[in-house]
Amino acid sequence: MTETRIDRRFKACAEQGRPALVTFITAGDPDLETSSAILKALPAAGADVIELGMPFSDPMAEGVPIQLATLRALHAGQTMNKTLDMVREFRKTDADTPIILMGYYNPIYVREPVAFVKEAKEAGVDGLIVVDIPPEADDELCIPAMEAGLNFIRLATPTTDDKRLPAVLANTSGFVYYVSVTGITGSANLNATNVSEAVTRIKGHTDLPVAVGFGIKTAEDAENIGRKADGVVVGSVLVNAIKDSLDADGRATEKTVSAVTDLVSSLAEGARRARKA
Amino acid sequence: MTTLANTMRSGPDERGHFGIFGGRYVAETLMPLILDLEKAYNDAKADPEFKREIETLNKHYTGRPSPLYFAERLTEHLGGAKIYFKRDELNHTGSHKINNCLGQILLAKRMGKTRIIAETGAGQHGVATATVCARFGLPCVVYMGATDVERQKPNVFRMKLLGAEIVPVTAGAGTLKDAMNEALRDWVTNVDDTYYLIGTAAGPHPYPEIVRDLQSVIGKETREQILEAEGRLPDAIVAAVGGGSNAIGLFHPFLDDESVQIYGVEAGGRGLDGHEHCASLTAGKPGVLHGNRTYLLQDDDGQILEGHSISAGLDYPGIGPEHSWLKEVGRAKYVPIMDDEALEAFQMLTKVEGIIPALEPAHALAQVIKLAPTMDKNQIIVMNLCGRGDKDVFTVGGMLGFNL
Repeated sequence: MTETRIDRRFKACAEQGRPALVTFITAGDPDLETSSAILKALPAAGADVIELGMPFSDPMAEGVPIQLATLRALHAGQTMNKTLDMVREFRKTDADTPIILMGYYNPIYVREPVAFVKEAKEAGVDGLIVVDIPPEADDELCIPAMEAGLNFIRLATPTTDDKRLPAVLANTSGFVYYVSVTGITGSANLNATNVSEAVTRIKGHTDLPVAVGFGIKTAEDAENIGRKADGVVVGSVLVNAIKDSLDADGRATEKTVSAVTDLVSSLAEGARRARKA
Repeated sequence: MTTLANTMRSGPDERGHFGIFGGRYVAETLMPLILDLEKAYNDAKADPEFKREIETLNKHYTGRPSPLYFAERLTEHLGGAKIYFKRDELNHTGSHKINNCLGQILLAKRMGKTRIIAETGAGQHGVATATVCARFGLPCVVYMGATDVERQKPNVFRMKLLGAEIVPVTAGAGTLKDAMNEALRDWVTNVDDTYYLIGTAAGPHPYPEIVRDLQSVIGKETREQILEAEGRLPDAIVAAVGGGSNAIGLFHPFLDDESVQIYGVEAGGRGLDGHEHCASLTAGKPGVLHGNRTYLLQDDDGQILEGHSISAGLDYPGIGPEHSWLKEVGRAKYVPIMDDEALEAFQMLTKVEGIIPALEPAHALAQVIKLAPTMDKNQIIVMNLCGRGDKDVFTVGGMLGFNL
């Protein structure tokens, strides 16, 4: 594959001697307009890479925060077309920040994978993370995505042992997403020592950057994990910040965008501190 | 798939596919676990001791073989084909679900797992799982949609008596699909000690195969029993399909018998026009959910729809992948039965044969009621009476205006 926005961004962060801050929001949460405003504001707040969640009715790997974000988005009428429109709109003003669509296979499957990856690429998407399609099914989506010029980012987990890791890494590009715990998104029990060992283990198998996610909640977590990892991923705390900013009827308020950007700024500072010690 | 040209019984292939259906669509955390399970199951299948243990438990604990009963009065009443019931409602715990649970708990023991989780809709699978966990002394956590907890109170109490922990799931519509999501979230969190005992012939490979194999005891016995009773195979076999475990158990041993017509009966709910039904094969389209590709109720954007059925056991927007394949290749016919038709069938069986069926097989019976009069008197239908109706008397009482 030729160099992508994701490759360039991780390289740039490495040159600056810091981990990339990867931020997740659910597209359309709490409504399309507010979600678009958050998306546009993320880079200036310190997000290096953006994961945009494609809402799915049955998010099996998500904890309560992202489940609720998904419901808010779906109730507000979010669709795949609207999610792709958000990316098109974003690209009008930002040509550099990578956007990764993250979600589940079915909403892609019903649109036909080959048609979807082409449309996503044209919209300005750079990569895909699809939770429920393992390397055993690479021919269905991963290979078409690579052929369309999209990075297909795989999750490696604590259950991915050295024997299985090569299969997981085989067609991965952009970066490797290490899931720090066995569990769902937003889990507790982040253990920086274990994570650091796992990152070292994965780096023994690949030259790709390794980003760590699931359970990173504070600037301090970002700092600790970012010492070893090439990227730190935050999601659940951001969608929780959206939730906490809503009014009693669940509608966005004037605080909603800044609730996310303030938090992202503080997480970005934490990530920047990671290599200073 | 690597099917021999002359059999329809060799699936799934090594990637877990039945045609394009099935497969292993799970998060990476679970992949090593289902690969382990596949290996453990293949080892167990090859071990005569595993087979012997199941047979012993089936016989002495469950009460197998279940009878094949000629429903003489109902046959007369409908005035057509001879109707036989495979009486799996007489099993210990009151449904076919125990067949699967016994086999899987033996597998869990072989794998050294010390904690069992399960999802349940009507509660029959939850009760069967809680039962085998009590029998083998393992802790049991059952995920059950909050709506189902409400409408299946007797089963909730039975599970609690058996020592299981019931976790009501409030996400979504609070039915089987949501319970399955939550069970998967538990499994992905507790990967070392936990065995996920799936109750239906769906989910990631190898579950559809395991559940089918364990439930095939229904069809194997039926085949022997009907040959003994009638000296020939039936002309039609009928079973209700929610996820499809009792149906695939009955159908599978008959797949290569071309003369046997196969009917799977889906929950038509309040009709197929709107979304208040669970007829995924009749009104859905292929998609990927809960680890497998199969027919699903979904909108144009790939969002899964909440189904509806009077029967909690059929209230699932998907279907086991082998059924999707049997539909595609035309080997089985899948038909919807509405709530009110099932309710009528429920009452008819009670009055004419003195058997109170569960609402799930009442759907199959409604199809038999339609089918039998169109057939000759020398033809034979076998229906799987997969569960008894004790759990449903409160629901049915409510609908018929009894204040229980």
